[in-house]
Amino acid sequence: MSQADLVVRGAALAESPQAPVDLFAAKGRILALVPAGTRPVPEGAKVVEAEGMLLLPGLTDVHVHLREPGQEWKETIATGLSAAAKGGFVNVMCMANTDPVNDQASITETMLDKAAKSHPRGPRLFPVGALTLGLEGKSLAPLEELRAAGCKAYSNDGRPVADSELFRRALEYASDLGIPVIDHCEDPYLAPGAGVNEGEVSARLGLRGAPACGEAIQVARDCLLAQYLGVPIHLAHISSKMSVDVIREAKAKGAPVTAETCPHYLILTEEACEDYDTAAKVNPPLRTRADQQALLAALEDGTIDVLATDHAPHASHEKETPFDEAPNGISGLETALSVTWELVARGELSARTLVSAWCVRPAEIFALPLNRFQEGDPADFILFDPSARWTVTPKALASKGKNTPLMGRELTGVVRAAYVAGKNAL
Amino acid sequence: MTWPHKDLLDVTQLSKADALEILRAAKSFQEINSRPVKKVPILKGKSVVLFFAEPSTRTKTSFDVAGKRLSADTFSLQKSGSSLVKGESLKDTVLTLQAMKPDGIVMRHNMSGAAQFIAERLDCAVINAGDGWHAHPTQALLDAFTLTERWGSVEGKTVLILGDITHSRVARSNVHLLRLLGAKVRLCAPKTLLPHAVSTWNVPVYSELDEAVRGVDAVMCLRLQLERQQAGLLPDVREYSRRFCMTTARLAKAARNALVLHPGPINRGWEIASDLADAPESLILDQVSSGVDVRMALLHLYLTRKERKE
Repeated sequence: MSQADLVVRGAALAESPQAPVDLFAAKGRILALVPAGTRPVPEGAKVVEAEGMLLLPGLTDVHVHLREPGQEWKETIATGLSAAAKGGFVNVMCMANTDPVNDQASITETMLDKAAKSHPRGPRLFPVGALTLGLEGKSLAPLEELRAAGCKAYSNDGRPVADSELFRRALEYASDLGIPVIDHCEDPYLAPGAGVNEGEVSARLGLRGAPACGEAIQVARDCLLAQYLGVPIHLAHISSKMSVDVIREAKAKGAPVTAETCPHYLILTEEACEDYDTAAKVNPPLRTRADQQALLAALEDGTIDVLATDHAPHASHEKETPFDEAPNGISGLETALSVTWELVARGELSARTLVSAWCVRPAEIFALPLNRFQEGDPADFILFDPSARWTVTPKALASKGKNTPLMGRELTGVVRAAYVAGKNAL
Repeated sequence: MTWPHKDLLDVTQLSKADALEILRAAKSFQEINSRPVKKVPILKGKSVVLFFAEPSTRTKTSFDVAGKRLSADTFSLQKSGSSLVKGESLKDTVLTLQAMKPDGIVMRHNMSGAAQFIAERLDCAVINAGDGWHAHPTQALLDAFTLTERWGSVEGKTVLILGDITHSRVARSNVHLLRLLGAKVRLCAPKTLLPHAVSTWNVPVYSELDEAVRGVDAVMCLRLQLERQQAGLLPDVREYSRRFCMTTARLAKAARNALVLHPGPINRGWEIASDLADAPESLILDQVSSGVDVRMALLHLYLTRKERKE
């Protein structure tokens, strides 16, 4: 066994905060995790004193929009990865709806090159390739070429494939390559262009609403296809109870589906769109308290596997328009852990589920580096100060996207360090 | 009375006392409108921009007439004649207008919330002349004024709102205002033209017009847009008119002396039978006259608010 070159002393695991531990790592890998003070620190090792901190495996965000190439005024790979590091993420999967679309190796390679140059110490970037050429939903993208270039998943996110036959063939082809497909579940013919949940708020404000069943119909299609074909599908940003019910039933029948939801669906409801607040305009839209409770329960029972931010940065002027005109999206990388940690603090989410949904399951599903604090695992971990408070201000966010309905709100919990393969990316 | 509101965005901002104050003021301006010389110097030196980003005949003209009768200088701006067509944002367009120091902006826009959006960014008074599907407060006030003229008060009366409720800013504002003033409101429309969450409005909803009209004191017809048929919300206009066109025979099932209203522009034979539109029960032209009275009252209240505070 090699000698530890990094030792983190006195931090606590989220699931057992009363029992501090010492972490030993060498050459970017975990050596051991032991009760605090039970093993001597080798000479020459870098020692990080972490009393009062929580020690979490690094977070993986499987759903991020980095906007580069094409819309660098909203975000760049450099600013997006800085925001990710501040948020505690060690692995980031970026969606294909750039301009041009990431549907060829040269785009993937450019993304990876920019990430390596701007953030050599991490976070790691894992591009998601387009499922169909140009995201147009008409013909398959060169999926093998994208895999060879470094894509870890395929998706038409933002422009779901309505043609079920094409989607079926895409799933089959992708499964040959061993790469999962992520689907944005939305029946594009049901309430096109809606930016708010169909319900009391949309009826009162005179806005076109998106019904929850528009999501659930596509979820049901995907679950049936996954089961029929025996191939995995990952369902993106689930927002409604109706979808949760469909997924739960499908999983019980053995459909190989996994699902994610986002922090904003767990802490906000459609009422955040009152006063036509465009910062709360997101697709799928924020829904009701009943949906929120169903999502929390689904996370706890494993119906929903993963938390993801769906980080969608926009420039201030783009959101400063009447509601209908504003683009969808919330900038979420830097607030994600704080708001979900607050749910843990309030007893609405267990610490075990938080670690599973942010760290373990996303890395498992997409075959990304995963730290379970076992010998040989990558030394990907964060130190999180669970009692520090901070206020969401434009200046506090490293992302170019200041578009969050949490702007001005005080949150609990700050990421003090984010180690990727034993090196602090912050 | 000190007027507490900077802007008129929606009738939901108004208390019952506010609404009654507007109707009282409208009554006093009605007298001016019946004089041989219909002009008073109340708003002399004030300037009002009529910013209509969506086509309008009666609302825009009504505000223009109202402003001019109060001696305000009114300036018209349409979307087609503005930099909006060159890609300028709404924010920049209205900030440009504000830099010219108008005292008020009357705005019509096709997006819900647009009036609130500009009101939050401008110092001058903003009067919403209709935003998307959301609100048309001046129409609701003139409708209430028209009915008050006939009845003395809308208190205890039952009004049926008939037609495309989902896409109607007139309906949303009227449901609220009429109930605020003590009237009962019913809705009647095919389910495709009702908001899915209409039950949260707590008003009776009917799909059969013959049933809905029974015993009501007034029927407020709404305009039907052809796009609704194209969007698959209706089979065709002919079928719509069979089910939902207000006719003299149907009005006979309402209360005695029941009245019929329509915010215009009307599609004769679709929403309202042609003979009924011209009948004594029709208040359609009274609504137009009332519009000028109410808008004079509103311009007066909102544009002299600061002076009266001091």
